[in-house]
Amino acid sequence: MELVVFVLASAMVLLGAVGVIAFRNPVHAALGLILTLFGVAVHFVSMEAHFLAAVQVIVYAGAIVVLFLFVIMLLGVDRAEDLSIEPLRLQRPVAVVLGVGITVLIAGAVVRGADTLGRETVADAPGDSNIRALARSLYSDHVLAFELTSVLLIVAVAGTVILTRRLKRSEG
Amino acid sequence: MEPTTTSYLVLAALLFGIGATGVMIRRNPLVMFMCIELMLNAVNLTFVALATRFSDIDGQTAVFFVMVVAAAEVVVGLGIIISIMRRRPGSTVDDLAELRG
Repeated sequence: MELVVFVLASAMVLLGAVGVIAFRNPVHAALGLILTLFGVAVHFVSMEAHFLAAVQVIVYAGAIVVLFLFVIMLLGVDRAEDLSIEPLRLQRPVAVVLGVGITVLIAGAVVRGADTLGRETVADAPGDSNIRALARSLYSDHVLAFELTSVLLIVAVAGTVILTRRLKRSEG
Repeated sequence: MEPTTTSYLVLAALLFGIGATGVMIRRNPLVMFMCIELMLNAVNLTFVALATRFSDIDGQTAVFFVMVVAAAEVVVGLGIIISIMRRRPGSTVDDLAELRG
């Protein structure tokens, strides 16, 4: 049963990812991204990371992809990109070769190091519930980093407002 | 039969490779951003797989921070893209080479 879930969710992840880089229309690419993010959320659930699965759906699929779609529509770039024009010759073949090389290197390293992980399948969940354990880690061991993320978010929001503000030149 | 940790790690490697390929072959800055999100998700999958394998919650805490930083990064990046596109509509990343020294 878990293997079936794994195979289906992996198919979602990989199909969505291939869709992101293969669709010409940015809106379709964003929809492929949603498929991938939902597949990753299913993997999180099957690995007992329930809180992160919820955050994945709400923040990533909900907020970030909607922000992407909003910007695509706002800029009016939702027409198909002409993929036949290739300003740098040989860029795409070299890029594909490099991408396959990176994948093979990482996957090979993982497979070779599989013995160090031990033979067991995914271990049992710890006694505490997932959210309780995560909260204990977040608010005790990592509380300084947690506070710093709030600073980071405020700086990001203020910076974006300043970046995209239109200066009123006529008045003044 | 259950999926092993190694199968999750191999899936994450595939996802990371697809994202890296996308960054290299696409020229639309928005789609390149989406490919960066793919790579971040591959890393998150690795973190959660190993956190579950070793029953250590710190891996999931790291994923939480990665998500916060990714959200901030998308906000700033899309702001930059909007202000560029407003000045020169329809430009791809190849047209944005004026920062070179």
